[in-house]
Amino acid sequence: MITLHWVYLLAGTAFAAFALLGLTDRTNPRRARNAIFWGLMATSMWAGDLLGDFGNGLLVIALIAIGGLGLGRGTAGEAAPALRAARAARHRGTLFLIALVIPATALIGTFLFKHLPALVDVKQVTLISLALGVLLALAAGYLALRAPLLLPLEQGRRLMDQVGWAAILPQMLASLGAVFALAGVGEAVGAIIQLGIPAGSLFGAVVAYGLGMAIFTMVMGNAFAAFPVMLAAIGMPLLIHGYGGNPAVVSAIGMLAGFCGTLMTPMAANFNLVPAALLELKDDYGVIRRQIGTALPLLAVNILFIYWFAFP
Amino acid sequence: MWVLLGIAVIVVGFMLRFNPLLVIMAAALATGLAAGLDPVAIVSAFGKAFNETRYVSIVWIVLPVIGLLEAFGLRERARAVIDGLRGATVGRLLAGYLLLRQLTAALGLTSVAGHPQTVRPLVAPMALAAAEAQAGELPEAEREEIKAWSAATDNVGLFFGEDIFLAIGSILLIKGLLEQYDVIVQPLQLSVWAIPTAIAAFLIHGFRLWRLDRRINARRAAAPAPEGAE
Repeated sequence: MITLHWVYLLAGTAFAAFALLGLTDRTNPRRARNAIFWGLMATSMWAGDLLGDFGNGLLVIALIAIGGLGLGRGTAGEAAPALRAARAARHRGTLFLIALVIPATALIGTFLFKHLPALVDVKQVTLISLALGVLLALAAGYLALRAPLLLPLEQGRRLMDQVGWAAILPQMLASLGAVFALAGVGEAVGAIIQLGIPAGSLFGAVVAYGLGMAIFTMVMGNAFAAFPVMLAAIGMPLLIHGYGGNPAVVSAIGMLAGFCGTLMTPMAANFNLVPAALLELKDDYGVIRRQIGTALPLLAVNILFIYWFAFP
Repeated sequence: MWVLLGIAVIVVGFMLRFNPLLVIMAAALATGLAAGLDPVAIVSAFGKAFNETRYVSIVWIVLPVIGLLEAFGLRERARAVIDGLRGATVGRLLAGYLLLRQLTAALGLTSVAGHPQTVRPLVAPMALAAAEAQAGELPEAEREEIKAWSAATDNVGLFFGEDIFLAIGSILLIKGLLEQYDVIVQPLQLSVWAIPTAIAAFLIHGFRLWRLDRRINARRAAAPAPEGAE
């Protein structure tokens, strides 16, 4: 049976390739560090189940240490603009079609594999379909574009180095959630918040959750970091357990309420300040000013969506 | 109540711009110690969770496909599509870009467009040209405003399109977190709930762009008639 384990083997292979290919990038002065970092990720994917809990914890500490020291980024391997333009003119719509293979496979596979419990682990159909989609898209790429064998991995390595240590941020935050759950953070915050929300007011709780996501995101500049906090504080104890809300709706739309906060904060420099500099605006906050008029009504809409859709 | 220390650590740590990986580990340590766990137990708990949430990081297996397509000119194709919006009014041009950005992000193609890739070289100059075709020469303040609208439109399109693609960090982060509370969801169940907000974002931002168009057009009506006109 195909389980998530196979997907981890595939992901481990990809990370190992990123690590090895990165070593050949002489334009990156920190290529050894990058190689160790992605090598540790490959180890985790391949052998995480054999390392034990404490072993995995040490692996995480090693990742943090290397990530904290800083990874490097090379310039090697980028296709020349003229070559890209020539290829683009030749392949035109084919490129979008190949890109479509991944989401299409993930979507079809999610519905199809549910009916094949003997073949595929039904609990993980979407992630298995996603991995299959990647393989199919690569096959289509080789066939339709006649790409050289190593090109996808080499280009993937280049993009991976551009993402850098931020690549493991979501996984780290998900793990932090486990420590929060273990320590009972949700119960503690929930007890405080419940003092502030009128007792028994579902709408009050939803508003507190949505506004909290936006405000925490504005303070931290990152909706990903705000989410574990708000889920532990209000989402889980109050909305999902207390009022029986649909967890998919509460969390998916809650995250989007956080994104409304991202639009309004200079802390999210990458999205709000860097473009202002890139466009040579005199007002550093010019982009944020144009975004507030969309973010505030959209935040209200998100809060109403949670209220309507999560509690039918 | 001391377990709330971890939340304080993460808020202050992110605010002060320390390396987020270090902040997360410090928050985990503070929370665990406050709850009476010893350091080995905390590191083990974190390691166990890290191993169980490995699927959050499998999103990166799509990079070889994206890299392959970009080497074969995917971004250049995206630019050609954006270029096809030339000739529209500034509001329609930006609304068209908003839709394109949302649709491509929903397919997982978050990096084919962006501030360095498309906004600066393409969208902002096209939007300025469109606005000046509508209203004649614009004062500096309004040129700035049009450029800012271009960047804002890119952000709105990205944020409220990407979560429809199920293999994106935020969706798998949610799946991983919910699992820590013994709630199992499929990524697809989460990503479909990004669709209503995506539509609302298009309507709200699109409405504001329509109003921008009207304001720019009104400038022409208010401005003295150009030479040669009645």
